Amino acid sequence: MNSEVAFQRASDAFPVDTLFDLAPCGYVITTPDGLLVRANQPFCRITGYDEHELIDRRRFVDLLSVGGQLYHETHFLPMLQMHGTAREIALDLVGRDGSRLPVLVNSVLHRADDGTPIAVHTAVFEASHRRQYERELLAAKQQAEASEAKLRSLARTLQESLMPPALPVIPDLRVAAVYHPAGEGHDVGGDLYDVFEVAANDWCVLIGDVCGKGVDAGIVSALARHTLRAVAMSSALPSYALHTLNEILLRHESTRFCTVAVLRLRREDGMWRIVTSIGGHPPPVVVGPDDVSPLGVPGPLVGILASPTFVDTERVLRPGETVVLYTDGVTEARAPDGVFYGEDRFHRTVIEHGGPASALPRHLVDDVLRFQAGPARDDIAVLAVTAALPD
Amino acid sequence: MPRALGPRHSVTTLGHIDKGQRTVQMAVGFTNGRSVATVSTVERHNVRLSGLPDGQPMLFAHGFGCDQNMWRYVAPRFETDFRVILFDHVGAGESDLSTYDPERYTSLDAYAEDVLGICRELDLRDVIFVGHSVSAMIGVLASLREPDRFAELVLVGPSPRYLNDVGYTGGFSEADIEELLTSLESNYLGWSSAMAPVIIGNAERPELGRELTESFCRTDPRIAQQFARVTFLSDNRADLSRVTHPTLVLQCSNDVIAPVEVGKFVGTTVPQSTFELLDATGHCPNLSAPDETSDAILRFLRR
Repeated sequence: MNSEVAFQRASDAFPVDTLFDLAPCGYVITTPDGLLVRANQPFCRITGYDEHELIDRRRFVDLLSVGGQLYHETHFLPMLQMHGTAREIALDLVGRDGSRLPVLVNSVLHRADDGTPIAVHTAVFEASHRRQYERELLAAKQQAEASEAKLRSLARTLQESLMPPALPVIPDLRVAAVYHPAGEGHDVGGDLYDVFEVAANDWCVLIGDVCGKGVDAGIVSALARHTLRAVAMSSALPSYALHTLNEILLRHESTRFCTVAVLRLRREDGMWRIVTSIGGHPPPVVVGPDDVSPLGVPGPLVGILASPTFVDTERVLRPGETVVLYTDGVTEARAPDGVFYGEDRFHRTVIEHGGPASALPRHLVDDVLRFQAGPARDDIAVLAVTAALPD
Repeated sequence: MPRALGPRHSVTTLGHIDKGQRTVQMAVGFTNGRSVATVSTVERHNVRLSGLPDGQPMLFAHGFGCDQNMWRYVAPRFETDFRVILFDHVGAGESDLSTYDPERYTSLDAYAEDVLGICRELDLRDVIFVGHSVSAMIGVLASLREPDRFAELVLVGPSPRYLNDVGYTGGFSEADIEELLTSLESNYLGWSSAMAPVIIGNAERPELGRELTESFCRTDPRIAQQFARVTFLSDNRADLSRVTHPTLVLQCSNDVIAPVEVGKFVGTTVPQSTFELLDATGHCPNLSAPDETSDAILRFLRR
């Protein structure tokens, strides 16, 4: 059969007036108020009603489940009244025998030339399988959201374990810290810091950064924090703590390494003496009125070399002087034009602020966040310690 | 992080839909680094003013499911004689979605407080409050809190309680309400995940929020879910007898959401009330029969 004949046959076999009942979907016409005026045979078949039970007797909304009725009245109809159409609305029809029939519904509101609504034409598509599939997708989505929320909560818990929940109150020393996570803060960063008492008038202050992000990095950060805490108890030398951490990281299954600055503060004869040792970390600075002076001697990254050398240096922290410890999230923050925040800007900001420690970290972190104008690309941790002035 | 071994420092970030930035608060006072601009009530609620600037204020409040457009065929009728004020509840229409706080909007009281906030900011007195559907009860609550602000109440399709109770037919069981929530959920498929980060309030990209709300009568599914719960699980029957203002109860015939018996209950319980049964059917006479609705309100106001 050639195509012309086929065309003619398909066309002639279905006069236009038969199309309503032969439509491959339920099709109803209602008054603007929803009273059924016409219903095609597929619609009657889907719902199980005889035509005469529907026409002039039932409204479309009467055939919906109660939840569907609520949706119809609060969403579907307003949409139809104002847009003139409502498409792909998922509803459940309730058949004559009480059975539920998941359907997708498209409606068009026809108006007279003067705008008066005349009738609503509604096509109803059986969608049991599709709706079942959608329900499964929906359940999967809800499960995924729940999992994500749980993951975030775990990440938060892990992150919080890398820092003390509150800083200790130390006689004659003011301590403050701010941590700002990268991005939206849903991942675990590698930054860590700690302030803890080793003995009376003997404190350890440390800051560090494990390479990378995520749970793996967080685990190594936790390992580093607790190692440094433990070692401090048996040795007064920060370099010893770094050597021990280096050894432990080398033997640890993780290939991650870190940077750490460890300060030991001892109060002797009314003076705070600081011993500093640095492994790959930006040196903490003592803030003076016009300049800053770095603490310690730069040493290698921790967890890379088999026999690194970490050096201890000692200095007195005079009353009123402030030490600032920070991670490279400060100096490597970048403005939208790509410029780094950099050490100079960092130095200027802390010099301008001066002391005491209590407000300095917040001030510095806010300045960095303003500078980079947008979510932080890296974690930022800042810790400041001020030796109290004598009363 | 250290840069020494550059290529190993790949930074991964997860997709997320959490609110704002998380920061850990330490010894010093701490905010999350993002300054929250103070938004006026008028901006927050997308308040639109029309009509007589010095006229008696008529405040129209929309119900669950749509926004101030619900009044588009009714409000113009009152512009010649009244000062007409339209607004969107937070979470609906072009309201500032970022100010929707799930912790706050746990009862109709928060919505009533918003209505009073609008009244205060615009210094409205002698207000004729016209509330459709759930906003009828929101208006009742607002009038009880600050009776002096209001002159009269018009309640269109009110229901003080949607759930059936002993000796009271609200029309719905809890299972019905759960079914509505499912219905809401299934009609937002494919929409919520794409829009979720936006809805939560992306202060950096407010244009996204606008794009979202331009699509008419659409609400963030999570806000819709919560508003549905707050609406359909509310019970304000005890408040009705305390209303002190002249009140018009406009009841539709054949309203599946607020059946005639419920409207009559409101009419008989509110002390100074006028009950009027409209020919209009359904739950939204403000859309389906705007003239009949407007006429009834005008008759009441000129009585």
